Amino acid sequence: MATSAAVQAPAIRKETQTGDMIARLIVFAFAASILLITAVLVYELWHTSALSRHKSGWGFLISRVWDPVTEEFGALPFLYGTVVTSAVAILISVPLGLGAAIFLSELAPARVSSALTFLIELLAAIPSVIYGLLALFTLVPLMRIYGGPFLKSTLGFLPLFKGPSYGVGFLTAGIVLSIMTVPYIISVSREALLAVPREQREAALALGATRWETTWQVVVPYAKLGILGSIFLSLARALGETMAVTMVIGNDPKITASLLSAGHSIAAVIAGEFSEATTATYQAALVELGLVLFGLTIVINGAARLMIIATTRKGSKRP
Amino acid sequence: MVKTNMKRISLALAGLLMGSATVAMAQSINAAGATFPAVIYQKWFDEYHKLHPAIQVNYQSIGSGGGIAQLTAETVDFGASDMPMTPDQMSKLKVPALHFPTVLGGVVPTYNLPGVTQELRFTPETLAGIFLGEITKWNDPKLAKDNPGVKFPSDDIVVVHRGEGSGTTFVWTDYLSKISPDWKAKVGANTSVNWPVGLGGRGNEGVAGLVKQTPGSIGYVELIYAVQTKMAYGYVKNPAGTFLKADLATVTDAAAGAAKNMPEDFRVSITNAPGKNAYPISSFTWMLVPTHIADAAKAKAIREFLTWMLADGQKFAAGLSYAPLPKEVVAKEIAQIKKIQ
Amino acid sequence: MWRKGVNAVMLATTAAFTVLTVSTLFLILGYLLYYGGRSLDWNFFTKLPLPTGEVGGGMANAIVGSGKIVGMAAVIGLPIGFFAGVYLSEFEDKLFGAPVRYVADLLNGIPSIVVGILAWSLVVVPLKSFSGLAGSVALAVMLIPIVTRQTEQFLREVPLSLREGALALGASKWKMVATVVVPAGSKGILTGMILGIARISGESAPLLFTAFNNQFWGGGITQPTASLPVMIYFRAVSAYDDWHRQAWAAGLVLIAMVLTANILARLVLAKGVSVPRG
Repeated sequence: MATSAAVQAPAIRKETQTGDMIARLIVFAFAASILLITAVLVYELWHTSALSRHKSGWGFLISRVWDPVTEEFGALPFLYGTVVTSAVAILISVPLGLGAAIFLSELAPARVSSALTFLIELLAAIPSVIYGLLALFTLVPLMRIYGGPFLKSTLGFLPLFKGPSYGVGFLTAGIVLSIMTVPYIISVSREALLAVPREQREAALALGATRWETTWQVVVPYAKLGILGSIFLSLARALGETMAVTMVIGNDPKITASLLSAGHSIAAVIAGEFSEATTATYQAALVELGLVLFGLTIVINGAARLMIIATTRKGSKRP
Repeated sequence: MVKTNMKRISLALAGLLMGSATVAMAQSINAAGATFPAVIYQKWFDEYHKLHPAIQVNYQSIGSGGGIAQLTAETVDFGASDMPMTPDQMSKLKVPALHFPTVLGGVVPTYNLPGVTQELRFTPETLAGIFLGEITKWNDPKLAKDNPGVKFPSDDIVVVHRGEGSGTTFVWTDYLSKISPDWKAKVGANTSVNWPVGLGGRGNEGVAGLVKQTPGSIGYVELIYAVQTKMAYGYVKNPAGTFLKADLATVTDAAAGAAKNMPEDFRVSITNAPGKNAYPISSFTWMLVPTHIADAAKAKAIREFLTWMLADGQKFAAGLSYAPLPKEVVAKEIAQIKKIQ
Repeated sequence: MWRKGVNAVMLATTAAFTVLTVSTLFLILGYLLYYGGRSLDWNFFTKLPLPTGEVGGGMANAIVGSGKIVGMAAVIGLPIGFFAGVYLSEFEDKLFGAPVRYVADLLNGIPSIVVGILAWSLVVVPLKSFSGLAGSVALAVMLIPIVTRQTEQFLREVPLSLREGALALGASKWKMVATVVVPAGSKGILTGMILGIARISGESAPLLFTAFNNQFWGGGITQPTASLPVMIYFRAVSAYDDWHRQAWAAGLVLIAMVLTANILARLVLAKGVSVPRG
């Protein structure tokens, strides 16, 4: 008995070892394909934009001209539009989102908080083209008839609100983007706030602070890295949004100070002009824009990730 | 258990193969290009599909620029454009392409001015001025001069143009370049230009959409789009001094000269045509078909469609506010069909 | 006293912000239900698009096309995502583990239009044709990181006790993973897959110059294929009331599918993890 068992054992071990090796290889191959896909992506972006990169060099990023006739292409109007609309989006969604996140994590009862958070996260699931559809038929007329004129009559002395009110434009696109990004701010900030150790709150309350004071002066600062991470995450999303933006931004590659005027964004121009690029340089310029956008979102997403990781590490530290 | 499963699987596979075979027997032809003639093209392809159920011509109206680009990339079987291809563009084609004029159309200045019921009159100077961004308000004296009796509001003029590469843009800017040296120098004529002012709409449909939803706006669209969306469009003064609206007669008149002197390759511009009754912003529009198509069945289907288009197809034109091709042009085109191999 | 006042005011303000955000959801759904509901008719589901300007067409081909494109994307993306997740959770090695995780997160954040450019250059250009397949490739690239993360996350949550139990009984590592760990985490993994598919079925941008569009049923997945999100876009920006109607109807159908999938997924998850927490 003992001898047969001793003879069987190495055989079984070998079989399991081969099985494991095969399994390991299979899963590794699939995982490596992710690396491959990304490498191919970067390569294709780099390679297909070569014509344009060699032609314009770094000047691409600061040139305002987008002229398919003379084949002069510059990214600045689109960078401007992308940044401005995202900035407007962040300016609106951060106070809104942070406030809601604070309410949901600190001030609301747990079951209400979960239910409401679930509903808010559904907002993030709504496709971009549907936001565009709604914005086009509801927000744009609203902005054109009421929003724009109201801003002009109250704040019209600012260069931000000069010029005719078309309904479409930077501001409208920014507002749509803010609705699309607010669920991310709420979701991630709420998690960051919930991760703050109970002792911190209890200590502050024990010292006589009101709930709000505890939240604002103790909990929020403790979670600020995670909150900042959520802002960066939302920013990255806003920068890359295509459909909702192209439907309400006006598609005019101009740089103007007024938020009421029409503009363009990187994603919108690629969506609008890619299948119509008549020359190789035109196409390459659009791909180069894609490369710029790609680079932007990597940097910002990377920063967001670091902040969120730092927060969860911090939250789990015991004093 | 395994045996019945195998049976089920093989039956399913067979069914799938048969299904895809039936689909494969259908001739699927892909085309893309101009939105200018898209209304009649879609009508044609729909009607032709009813006559020949096996043939599906999928036409995507993405703009003339797109038609030329996709033809060059060989992702479509034929393209469509309101701008004849330039020698430079033609040199980039791997397989040379033939231009087939299909219909005549007119590009009209369509506007949205609530409160103004009279039909507006535009001169070359006012149109150039508006699109150059020099005439910025509706109550500009230059507009009032041509429109006595019209009470213009003091609103800003919102210019709407095409956002993407468009043959309609080419026709419009070609016209503006001919009548305004300023325009020619500053902007020029092409499917995609550096617009001094304005919002960008997507396709003729998009421009019509923007103008319809934006009071105080003015854009340029092919006649049928203004008609179908029930929007106002203005009179334009032609070189002979007559104010004309685009319609069957005035657009046909614009092509009269070209019909008689049609070049071999059918590439002409008829904007600003002479003639008392010629609408100045008219144009032919072309299907761009490669001279050599690898799939013989596809080539035959395309040849047959073109033959139908030049005969029965032309009957649909007037009903959709396009003008049918002059007879001389049709005759020459029938000869050109033979060149598609 | 003053501080208590501030406390009350801020409670009210943050509550108001929350209500505002949640009510946006209801506003969106309300509009879609109203305008979309009015516009839905039998034609929408059964007819093909009619020529420009003609009334009464539908989006039958777009509905089927979306199904084909998303289905193919799932066939490509689900296995890759799943196995990559298994790798990261169970078979991670020192050299490639961190890069794979980092790159998966990176892919997650890439704008969808850029993914469209990738699919265009990989599939459309060599095949010299727009195709539903190219659209599927683009969507698969977006699906993979979602499924990878979810799979990894839920596999990691499977308790050590379960794993050790299996190993103690003599199972090899892969057997343990396949027969114990994966089934234990299956609810979460399935959730991730459903959520991922819901997400990609709403995407429009990556399909614009890959799957393109089609007036007819088309010749298969290697031909241009109509899809709901792309149709919504083209119809919405046009000037025809009938086409606007159709855009609303399509929007309602799309949102119904996406939200149902989302709610279903979360309910599946909420019904509890399939193993007691050890």
